[in-house]
Amino acid sequence: MNVKGFSFVYPMLMSLTIFGGSLEFVTVSMLLSSFAPLQTFILTLMIQARHLFYGISMLEKYKNTGWKKIYLIFGMCDESFSINYSTDVPEDVDKGWFMFWVTFLNHMYWFTGSTIGGLVGSLFTFNTEGLSFVMTAMFVVIFLDQWLKEKQHISSLIGVFASLICLMIFGSDNFMIPTMICIIVTLSLLRKPIGDKEDSV
Amino acid sequence: MTITQQIITIGLCVIGTMITRFLPFIVFKADKPTPEYIQYLGKALPAAIFGMLVIYCLKDVSVFSGSHGLPEAIAIAVVIALHLWKRKMLFSIAGGTLVYMILVQFLF
Repeated sequence: MNVKGFSFVYPMLMSLTIFGGSLEFVTVSMLLSSFAPLQTFILTLMIQARHLFYGISMLEKYKNTGWKKIYLIFGMCDESFSINYSTDVPEDVDKGWFMFWVTFLNHMYWFTGSTIGGLVGSLFTFNTEGLSFVMTAMFVVIFLDQWLKEKQHISSLIGVFASLICLMIFGSDNFMIPTMICIIVTLSLLRKPIGDKEDSV
Repeated sequence: MTITQQIITIGLCVIGTMITRFLPFIVFKADKPTPEYIQYLGKALPAAIFGMLVIYCLKDVSVFSGSHGLPEAIAIAVVIALHLWKRKMLFSIAGGTLVYMILVQFLF
């Protein structure tokens, strides 16, 4: 945003309120084009639709977390969801507080990072090319952990292949919604075989 | 865009995001039992989501041009190898990212 001529206030406020990396990047390009509220809103829903899946997955885990629940849902970005879902919290640790701190620290790292980047981003002179691979690496590790933990890999494989096929058909800008539909349909069709095995997990 | 229009634009992004995050919790209230089908999806979905997120991160990698996705493939192999070896999340992520940065900055 620094490069595009925006004040640091923009990334600072967006990191606090939207708290979702991929959309914030798109928001920058929206702010640079002409005012189109309806398009903005629809595009947001499409980019963020994957959170519906996170919500469905966290219905049980976020139960009984009291007032923290509102914040947990507010801060349910890709990273918070992935960590909160996949971490086995030790018995003697309060799950609600554990997930609260994961979400809060994520939020604060993102907020401080975005603000510092907005303030002094252009002063960084070392070559950061490739640093964004950190995201890919994190999801690969979480995927691998899930793979090693699960009794069958049907769902994991559906996720990878539905995404790949939709990516090839629809291209990188439009493949997420078709992918999500494919995943829901396939999982629903395979409810019997997967469901039976899930019960034993 | 005026400042007001900018605020509206960002506000719509916030509202849209919050709708996608809160909707499942509003539809399936905590005090009522969640339908079995939704419970099943809640259990079966995450594995598929993690697979989807990996591909999502790689969506702009072109296999047919540039470096043909080689640096990504090598770095992912490193992440997997490190993780199978030590099972330390941060170690695997840092190692893979370092390898990737070296690859794209010096080799490709």
